[in-house]
Amino acid sequence: MDIYVILLLDVINGASSLFLICLGLAIIFGMMKIINLAHGEFIMLGAYATVISANNGVNIWIAMLVVAPLFVGLVGLVIERCLIRFLYGRLVDSMLATWGLSLLIIGIVTTIFGNTIQGVPTPLGGFSIGAYRSSYYTLFLLLMAVLMMAAIYVVMRYTRLGLIARATMQNPGMANTLGVNPSTVYMGTFAAGAAVTGLAGGLLAPVSGITPVMGGAYVAKAFITVVGGGAAILSGTLSSASLFGALNQVGAYLTTPVFGEVIVFTAAIILIRLLPQGISGRFFKGNL
Amino acid sequence: MILSRRRFLHQSVLASASLLAAPAVLRQGAFAADDPVLVGSLHDQSGALAASGVPMVYALNLAIDEINAAGGLLGRPLKVIHYDTQSNIQMYSQYAQQLALKDKVAVVHGGITSASREAVRPTFDRFKVLYFYNVLYEGGVCDRNTFCTGTTPAQTVEKLVPFAMGKSGKKAYIIAADYNYGQITAKWMTKYVKDNGGDVLSIDFFPLDVTNFGPTISKIQAAKPDLVLSALVGGNHTAFYRQWTSAGMKGQIPIASTTFGLVNEPSTLDAAESENILGAYGYFEELDTPASKSFVEKIKKAHPDTPYISELAAATYEGVYLWAEGVKKAGSLDRMAVIEALESGLSYEGPSGKVTLDKATHHTTRNAFLAEVKSTKWSVLESYPDVLPADTASVCDLVKNPRDVKQYVINL
Repeated sequence: MDIYVILLLDVINGASSLFLICLGLAIIFGMMKIINLAHGEFIMLGAYATVISANNGVNIWIAMLVVAPLFVGLVGLVIERCLIRFLYGRLVDSMLATWGLSLLIIGIVTTIFGNTIQGVPTPLGGFSIGAYRSSYYTLFLLLMAVLMMAAIYVVMRYTRLGLIARATMQNPGMANTLGVNPSTVYMGTFAAGAAVTGLAGGLLAPVSGITPVMGGAYVAKAFITVVGGGAAILSGTLSSASLFGALNQVGAYLTTPVFGEVIVFTAAIILIRLLPQGISGRFFKGNL
Repeated sequence: MILSRRRFLHQSVLASASLLAAPAVLRQGAFAADDPVLVGSLHDQSGALAASGVPMVYALNLAIDEINAAGGLLGRPLKVIHYDTQSNIQMYSQYAQQLALKDKVAVVHGGITSASREAVRPTFDRFKVLYFYNVLYEGGVCDRNTFCTGTTPAQTVEKLVPFAMGKSGKKAYIIAADYNYGQITAKWMTKYVKDNGGDVLSIDFFPLDVTNFGPTISKIQAAKPDLVLSALVGGNHTAFYRQWTSAGMKGQIPIASTTFGLVNEPSTLDAAESENILGAYGYFEELDTPASKSFVEKIKKAHPDTPYISELAAATYEGVYLWAEGVKKAGSLDRMAVIEALESGLSYEGPSGKVTLDKATHHTTRNAFLAEVKSTKWSVLESYPDVLPADTASVCDLVKNPRDVKQYVINL
């Protein structure tokens, strides 16, 4: 019996970390159709920001929840102004440019911090369920995923900012004639997506091995999840993150970690075949 | 002077002929006795393996500088031709050809992963360039042109497993990286667990990009082993030790590892996460002998920011010296003469103690050490003097089959 509770916690852990990883990408890809291949490096920058500031005496919670998103948000802003803004509507070019960008970021971080593993200890302790033990951090990740979801929903649905952003994404020309500057909106959206990604990096920092090349482990899964989720940022990412996260964790538990990954990728191929527009293209049409 | 047409032609022909000949004539002079002996180096200084490769290059350069300060080899100085292989197997193949054909080096030290070694070894066989592989690995390479100076499982895993089982119990759970090193090491672990009367409950393999170990940790808890044996590799896999600790499993089930601490895991993980993990290697930076201390001091003095100095760096340093001893004994740089000198039971007192080359396997008989992490540093518990490369010796005999060039997979 206890093992099912533990397994449920594993699934929650898998789904909520996947959701956090993908959210920033979903914002950037879903709203602006920019394929950001440097997404993994944004996660890495968030993790580094957390580790470096925590190891220099900043409170670990502030380092994770404030420093990481602020820093990566700023980096995103600079990158948008210097690089991305010339590439809207040029899908292939944006892929090439962001891929180069990812190599550049890896190179810079390696030069500054060296190619060694960094880390901070995991805050919060563990608790036991029967004979098994799990970590409170799992529940904290779930809490953060729910909070992020709520925050984005409220901003997009009920604020003027969200309305402008949605309008610009739907029809930039019309928004422009109504007095909105699309360039500013794009800039803000990209920075926000980067900040959310940085937050995910910060939240993952205490449970990962942090190296300049860690982004590579996340970027493929993040893309699969976002594409599988479809156009709707929240409902799409949430449903596909839950689906793939659960499949991965349960698959890894019942078979081996290798098959856990294989099952996810197979499921993604079948899903895209059956629902080319992603989950939200079929079931949550018109939702956020 | 009146320059007739004939005279002008005559002189210009002479002038251009001597200009054309000049490089060849000068080159002849350049092959004089003080021309440097070229030593090739193929190590990853960037990319995923840089943290392993960088200290190896420091150790190699240190050995070369010391030999040069002592007058060089055969009265000639040594010069390193180094290529950064960027953690990329393609670069290994390309630079191996370059070292063999363009630079024409006397010897190559290098290669980190088993994959990189197997990429370059045939090249050096074909072009007859002596090759040293100075890394601990899964054992079994049998090639007269290649010398492997690092430890193999019979030298380390064989000590680690019974020690860990004696401390905690007989039921082991094995987790390993999913490529040839992890697969083969897991086999060795299984063998030694069974040899010592224990049981292996399960073996799990992980691709190098796995970052979430939640399900595995649950599985391990469900299996209730006395001991976890880990051959996890790389930055992503250090997440296991974090998640293990955050689930509160640290202190519940002990961990012994054949890879932990090869880079700098003890110093970057939190003390609570690494405490009491057991490891066994051919060298530890914390080793308390004068030779080891002066080796560490010299590298740290030259490069204060150097990562952990592990067996990889120590074996590279010892590998260069073993080669130098071989050249001295042979009295020439001729490849066969040097190989025969190296096969004569040559040994060198390095930072890890006495290292002796074994004629039949081209591996080394060397000391092994067992250590436990205590407050982010290794504390050496046991040392085992002069351990033989028994695993490779069971399949490889270069005295009988000198033309052998393959890596045996040792059947267990």
